[in-house]
Amino acid sequence: MSTLRDSAEALALPLLALAGGLALFGAFVWFDGHDPLQAWALLFRGAFGDAFSLQNTLQRAAPLMLTALAVALPARVGLTVIGGEGALVLGGLACAALPVLLPGLIPGGTAGATLLLLAAGVAGAAWIALAGALRQFRGVNETISSLLLGYIAIALFKHIVEGPLRDPASLNKPSTLPLPESLRIGTIGAYDVHWGLVFGVVACLLAAFWLSATTHGLATRVVGGNLRAARLVGLPADRLVITACALGGAAAGLAGGIEVAAVHQSANASLIVGLGYTGILVSFVARHHPLAIIPVAILFGGFLAAGSLLQRRMGLPDASVQVLMGFCFVFILASEAWRGRLGTLFAVRRAPVTLPAGGAAGAA
Amino acid sequence: MDGGAFFDVLLAVLGGAIRVGTPFLFVSLGECLTEKAGRINLGLEGVLVFSAMAGFAGSFLGGHWWLGVLLAGASGALIAALHGLVASLPRVNDIAAGIAIMLLGTGLAFYLGKPLIQPQAEQIPSLALGAWSDSPQVSAALSINALFPLGVLLALVLAWGLKNTAWGLTVRMVGDSAEAARALGTSVAAVRIAATTAGGFIAGLGGASLSLYYPGSWNEGLSSGQGLIAVALVIFARWHPVRCLWAALIFGGAGALGPALQSVGISGYYYLFNAMPYALTLAILVATCSPRKNLAGAPMELGVSR
Amino acid sequence: MNRPLHPTRRHLLAAGAAFALPGALPGSLGGAFAQAPITVGMLYVGPRDDFGYNQAHAEAAAQLKKMPGIKLVEEENVPETQAVQKSMQGMISQDGATLLFPTSFGYFDPHMLAIAGKNPKVRFSHCGGMWTKGKHPDNTGSFFGYIDEAQYLNGVIAGHMSKSKKLGFVAAKPIPQVLRNINAFTMGARSVDPKITTNVIFTGDWSMPVKEAEATNGLADQGVDVFTCHVDGPKVVMETAAKRGKMVCGYHASQAKLAPQAYLTGAEWNWLTAYTQILEAARTGKPHPNFVRGGLKEGFVKSSPYGAMVSEGARKNAEDVRKKMMAGAFDIFGGELKDNTGKVVVPKGKVFKQTDVELEGMNYLVEGVIGKA
Repeated sequence: MSTLRDSAEALALPLLALAGGLALFGAFVWFDGHDPLQAWALLFRGAFGDAFSLQNTLQRAAPLMLTALAVALPARVGLTVIGGEGALVLGGLACAALPVLLPGLIPGGTAGATLLLLAAGVAGAAWIALAGALRQFRGVNETISSLLLGYIAIALFKHIVEGPLRDPASLNKPSTLPLPESLRIGTIGAYDVHWGLVFGVVACLLAAFWLSATTHGLATRVVGGNLRAARLVGLPADRLVITACALGGAAAGLAGGIEVAAVHQSANASLIVGLGYTGILVSFVARHHPLAIIPVAILFGGFLAAGSLLQRRMGLPDASVQVLMGFCFVFILASEAWRGRLGTLFAVRRAPVTLPAGGAAGAA
Repeated sequence: MDGGAFFDVLLAVLGGAIRVGTPFLFVSLGECLTEKAGRINLGLEGVLVFSAMAGFAGSFLGGHWWLGVLLAGASGALIAALHGLVASLPRVNDIAAGIAIMLLGTGLAFYLGKPLIQPQAEQIPSLALGAWSDSPQVSAALSINALFPLGVLLALVLAWGLKNTAWGLTVRMVGDSAEAARALGTSVAAVRIAATTAGGFIAGLGGASLSLYYPGSWNEGLSSGQGLIAVALVIFARWHPVRCLWAALIFGGAGALGPALQSVGISGYYYLFNAMPYALTLAILVATCSPRKNLAGAPMELGVSR
Repeated sequence: MNRPLHPTRRHLLAAGAAFALPGALPGSLGGAFAQAPITVGMLYVGPRDDFGYNQAHAEAAAQLKKMPGIKLVEEENVPETQAVQKSMQGMISQDGATLLFPTSFGYFDPHMLAIAGKNPKVRFSHCGGMWTKGKHPDNTGSFFGYIDEAQYLNGVIAGHMSKSKKLGFVAAKPIPQVLRNINAFTMGARSVDPKITTNVIFTGDWSMPVKEAEATNGLADQGVDVFTCHVDGPKVVMETAAKRGKMVCGYHASQAKLAPQAYLTGAEWNWLTAYTQILEAARTGKPHPNFVRGGLKEGFVKSSPYGAMVSEGARKNAEDVRKKMMAGAFDIFGGELKDNTGKVVVPKGKVFKQTDVELEGMNYLVEGVIGKA
């Protein structure tokens, strides 16, 4: 009975929080002189209203699933890593650079594309694993180190893309050489969504499976729950931490690789658009559960997709989506305070029961 | 690079240290106070951007720069208070709250700041400390933001206050051992919220410095993560307010290095030079942290040192 | 001192949208524009009010909106990713736009091309891209202006007004369009005095206010006394230079209001010319103009009015050159031209016309520019 209530609460709390965030957003735009009903209608329409909107939403959600894993997996081992943006750009760079650095060695078609994405994952993995290693072996706070590493990665990326690996034909938009046709990732059938979505969903499912059903994943969660206890039990904490970081980084790197292979066909500054940072948001809202990341990413993808309509139809500035996401995030965080106590919000007060004298003392 | 050019770069770095370092100084002082009380506020980035926008609005709409500065401080305090409140709720992770506030703060700032991108507002006056010099470079480098001396004073006051006053002791106790504080009857949550709010006010002054002095204008690219870096600076400074001052100056100077080198003709690699401050901070953190000892000076409740 | 809040462009445009006439106008209004209504979509990579690149487009778009029968949908801050593809498709599917102006360079390949392929009946006109027949579909096109001509005139004025003979250029990235401007500015100044030099600093990205301020201060420390720039929002450079008591030449749009004591002149876009050309073709059913270029002569670019401090001699010099440019009798990039490492980049006797495609691939800085591309 209580687990059912727990699950119902686990669903109801975020939904209530979301409703609160939306309500506050409506009040906010109303104060600014706009019609909140129209805003809400456009949000829904822009996110899920028609086939175009749905595909738009799913397309935007795809990279978010992967970048959210870059926060979620280290979080399950007890670390707060926010450097996914850096891992993403390095992954994209690796994917674009491999055919250039190893000309002729990359086979065409699916095999080659797999190699590229593998390289992207390795690059991202190395970067976040570095943050994890610095934490385990040097005691450097991983939030700060991953942040700094993120900035450094972006600087390295820009330097390499506009310098040594620059495509001389990419005049006004410095990029690496475009990927050969056969190595590009296409769309899923006739839909306007590329295969990155499938990668994202599969990655989340695999991560969920790993965490809940494998010994390694369970060990990781123990380390995340109580480091000292894990060490006492003899778990190789350092290795588990670095592995979790590497896996998270690989997800972000993969996101970068997919952006290159499916969208841009080369690595350039258009990779640096904050996908990593939005992933942080998604992961926290999903409470770092890979399965929850899927719907949350779709929700945020929906918000981002709807932002266009808000701009075009209501003249709201594009920052309005950021405000909305901010409100929702704050509400969702605050809603945690009611976990386990949601029932009290709706409880009916009953008259206190008086126990017979002596009975309570005897039972205690 | 000949002697003249070397001196030029040095001067530019010195001038830049103060110019670019002033926002870092205020934000790191604010974060230092907050962290001394045992709370980590990553939302200072949102505080910085929002108070920069509010400061500009205050000066533009009110017509006086000090109105802008006051509004910046007040709005900084407000946003930080929100963080303090949210993070004080049970089961809410400090870092998550910080990221939420960062997002909300920047989003609100961009949204409300749309009409402020074009206009000009009255700027914070400069103190021409270099007026004695004939050289334009020196006088420009020493022409500092009127808020900078305030920041230095604040650092000294904070350092003295944390060590010698009752409230300083309370803050430190709450930061080092919440249990002990509770045993004495202090409300841990109240002290933390107060420290966060005060920290937000101080950080807000940094925001005013950005939009009302250097670069002296509001637009959406104003902050390049300065609020987040301030958190790193505080660790670098070992939670000591006066060392925050030095850290901010070093960071500001490192940020000015790239353009300074280019202006004397050393071009190329400017992305890497722009990344220098971050690499420097990381290197120092790696060199000085240790997994075994707790970071000296770290408030125990903070959880940054393991 | 209380000033009412300046009505934002956003509010103006929103108000304008409410007044856009949905139906066809009666023939009595006459003129070539009394045709079926058309929805035009504009996409900006940054905020519309940046006193620079995006604002120049937004101002022209605001003019378009005033024309009868035009409905304008705009989106700003659209990143150069899938997002812009979705935005464009949304304008087409949801708003019924049939003419789109993606205004940022990075939108061209692959984004605009991808959407153009899926919507053959919609016209796309990209700002700055290199449309090539056979390679790019016919429903796409690109337009751009030779603003380097106006930068040359900036340089002429700067050359007269500079006392230290040192000019400064704050640039974002060393791409051909930027290098062309730096070179034209320098050559204009050196036509007045061959000893003039230009120091260039690259900030690394299109909008970095703190770096731009640092660059300006650094250059001012070096003795530079006239500044210009090529960044998305010149406001910071202009204000910082003016605070140091230096002179400025504007870019993208007029920044004269920001520093009236220091503003010499400026190189501005006049996108309305290009827009109306393309719009007219769309409304009258003529083929989509695929490659639209023009300079001062065609009215694609213009110069800001001269500041009060500009000397008579400077004005006369600049006006002489302008007259030649308007008559098509002046070529900026003619031989012999050496770059700043001493190499000859344009041999003696060779002259590049503004429309020559080699200029779009410029990768050198001319003699007199201190800096590296």
